[in-house]
Amino acid sequence: MRSEALFHFSDATLRQGSLVVLEQLTLRIQPGEKVALLGPSGAGKSTLLGALREQQPQQVAWCPQEGALVPMLSVFHNIYMGALSRHGHLYNLANLVWPLPAERRAVQTLASQLGLHDKWQTSVDRLSGGQAQRVALGRALYSQRPVLLGDEPVSSLDEHQGLALLRQALAQHDSAVIALHDRNLALQCFDRVLGLRDNRLLLDAPASTLTLADLDALY
Amino acid sequence: MRSTDGAAPDQHTGRWHTTAGRFRVASLWLGVAGLLAFLVADLEIITGTPGTEMGRIANGFLSPDFAATEFIWQALANTLAFALQGVALGITAGFVLAVFWHYRLVRAGSAIIRAVHELFWGLIFLQLTGLSPLTGVLAIAIPYAGIFAKVFGEFLEESDQRPAAALPHGSGRLTTFFYARLPLIMGPLRTYGAYRLECGLRASAILGFIGLPTLGFHLETAFRQGDYSAGAAVLYVFFLLIGTLRFWLHRRLVLVYLGAALWWAPPLSTAPEGTLRRFFTSDIVPSPLKGDGTLTDLWLWFARLMTEQGLPGLWHTLVLSTAALLATAVLALLLFPLVSPQFGNRFSRGAGHLFLMIMRTTPEFLLAFILLLLLGPSMLPGIIALALHTGAIVAYLTGRFTLYLPARADRPRGLQGYAWDTLPRIYPNVLALLLYRWEIIMRETAILGILGITTLGYYVDAAFAEFRFDRALVLIGLAVALNLLVDGLSRKLRQHLRLSINSGQFAREPMS
Repeated sequence: MRSEALFHFSDATLRQGSLVVLEQLTLRIQPGEKVALLGPSGAGKSTLLGALREQQPQQVAWCPQEGALVPMLSVFHNIYMGALSRHGHLYNLANLVWPLPAERRAVQTLASQLGLHDKWQTSVDRLSGGQAQRVALGRALYSQRPVLLGDEPVSSLDEHQGLALLRQALAQHDSAVIALHDRNLALQCFDRVLGLRDNRLLLDAPASTLTLADLDALY
Repeated sequence: MRSTDGAAPDQHTGRWHTTAGRFRVASLWLGVAGLLAFLVADLEIITGTPGTEMGRIANGFLSPDFAATEFIWQALANTLAFALQGVALGITAGFVLAVFWHYRLVRAGSAIIRAVHELFWGLIFLQLTGLSPLTGVLAIAIPYAGIFAKVFGEFLEESDQRPAAALPHGSGRLTTFFYARLPLIMGPLRTYGAYRLECGLRASAILGFIGLPTLGFHLETAFRQGDYSAGAAVLYVFFLLIGTLRFWLHRRLVLVYLGAALWWAPPLSTAPEGTLRRFFTSDIVPSPLKGDGTLTDLWLWFARLMTEQGLPGLWHTLVLSTAALLATAVLALLLFPLVSPQFGNRFSRGAGHLFLMIMRTTPEFLLAFILLLLLGPSMLPGIIALALHTGAIVAYLTGRFTLYLPARADRPRGLQGYAWDTLPRIYPNVLALLLYRWEIIMRETAILGILGITTLGYYVDAAFAEFRFDRALVLIGLAVALNLLVDGLSRKLRQHLRLSINSGQFAREPMS
């Protein structure tokens, strides 16, 4: 079956281990769409993102929630990890032992954009929650892949900074599916909003047709 | 154990349902087995005048003679060199094995090579590579590779898998390993490596007892000749070496030390050409097969070896270690209050720490050797030595664990506090530690035979002395089988008692 869609589910059931998280899921996401994913915690946002990633493993810039960074390595190394699949083992190992100038410059530039310019040599376990979150986003950006999948990538940042970074991240990718808890951000930055609740996809509508009150019904 | 806290008698059957009950049953079996072992064990004191000898030894310890053995500093350097090279090689090999830890063959192979004691490896390599540094290095490196493989493998299994899962698809296994797996376990690896170096130093010293030129060699010579002042000097040097470890063992200097070790004692073999081939093609082939013996001859050879040496050796190893396990348990429960902040005062704790430190630093083999001189070659010195050393380790760890117990203001003090509060709380940890140590006690018991106690090592040593390597390997195989059995049994028991993996982690790094 040939499909033009970037992601495609038809009456699918998604599980986490043996636990059913999402049922009767039918969903198409086209290339170029910017999609916000909303729903109470435990509704299956992370599970859905994981399933999306499996459909396009080579296309996805992946920004998972917590625990995905290697705490004892520096900001440079954690951001560089986004590029691991682009390079060979030797080049990667060289950068692990001694960051090469080209990579160093590129990562430094990105770190500055994320407001981490003086932190690139600091290990992640010495950063605040918000700083670590920006490192995780930086790693996804550095993978330079067309589809951004993010799980609450700006939840620990203040409203203003979150909005700016999210806009920047979305601008650098063709398509995106981002799980959020901030409904304002969903309406401000995205074309389309998905709402999950009670193991179902309850809401799927263009952002322009929705109000905050519509989104409140999800929770 | 009178802890029935939180228990409610079942209204219908009148039976108790408590977690402590489970531990009580396990302890009862351990106690019964230990008492039976004491009943059948040979506990005779053979030397006529242990008192006089003890006086002479005490005198020697009070007047150590550092000038007596001119080679003492050379022996110290050898001890260090063998240990550093052995542990480094063991870490490297164990690391490679750990990467393939998911293969059953690797796990089984690691279990077998670590079940053979360093001294047994030493006896084997004396035949292969002669009285050379290489023998000392390999005797430590091989069993340590098995130990490291297990510990690394488990560290990797228990570490956070999420960072590796979050890397971009197509990152490659090698790159993933170095970026998102290895950094996560580097901290524990370093701690564990330092602890293992301490173990390696002890093993290296002990290798002197089979003839390698380390501290143990001069210690044995001096004590056997009754020159206790010289013996005490060697022992003090050994304590100094272990005691100062934390001051000179720095991460940045490790490579320097290793280079110095390679320079001082290059790991070369002194065995003549062809030794290796002869060992494998001729020496270890069971003697009936060398001529034109039949399978019946082989069976008769094996049956005779088993009835005359194998089974008695196994039985004595089992009896001695079971008795030692019970003595260890009792001693640990009596000694841990010495270092627990819940008991005693600053001075009693200071003295307790010193005593436990000396006991756990001194290898059980060395303690047994000294006690044997006093008491003669019965099982008694072996039991006391194993119980003192292992009991001190378990007591120290248990005492340290009481630091983390909730400090209730109204907790009872003294004996009441011990019986009603502390003991029930720490008992699962004590039990877990004892079960972990069971295998180690068994391993050590087997090699006590080299000192003259009739455990498996006695027959192994004799077989090597008579150049009957075929017999020696069968007997070492028995020791391995016994060890694997105890290891499996201990794991089953821990699972059955639901002793947590945490207590295991705790048991792994006793000295940190």
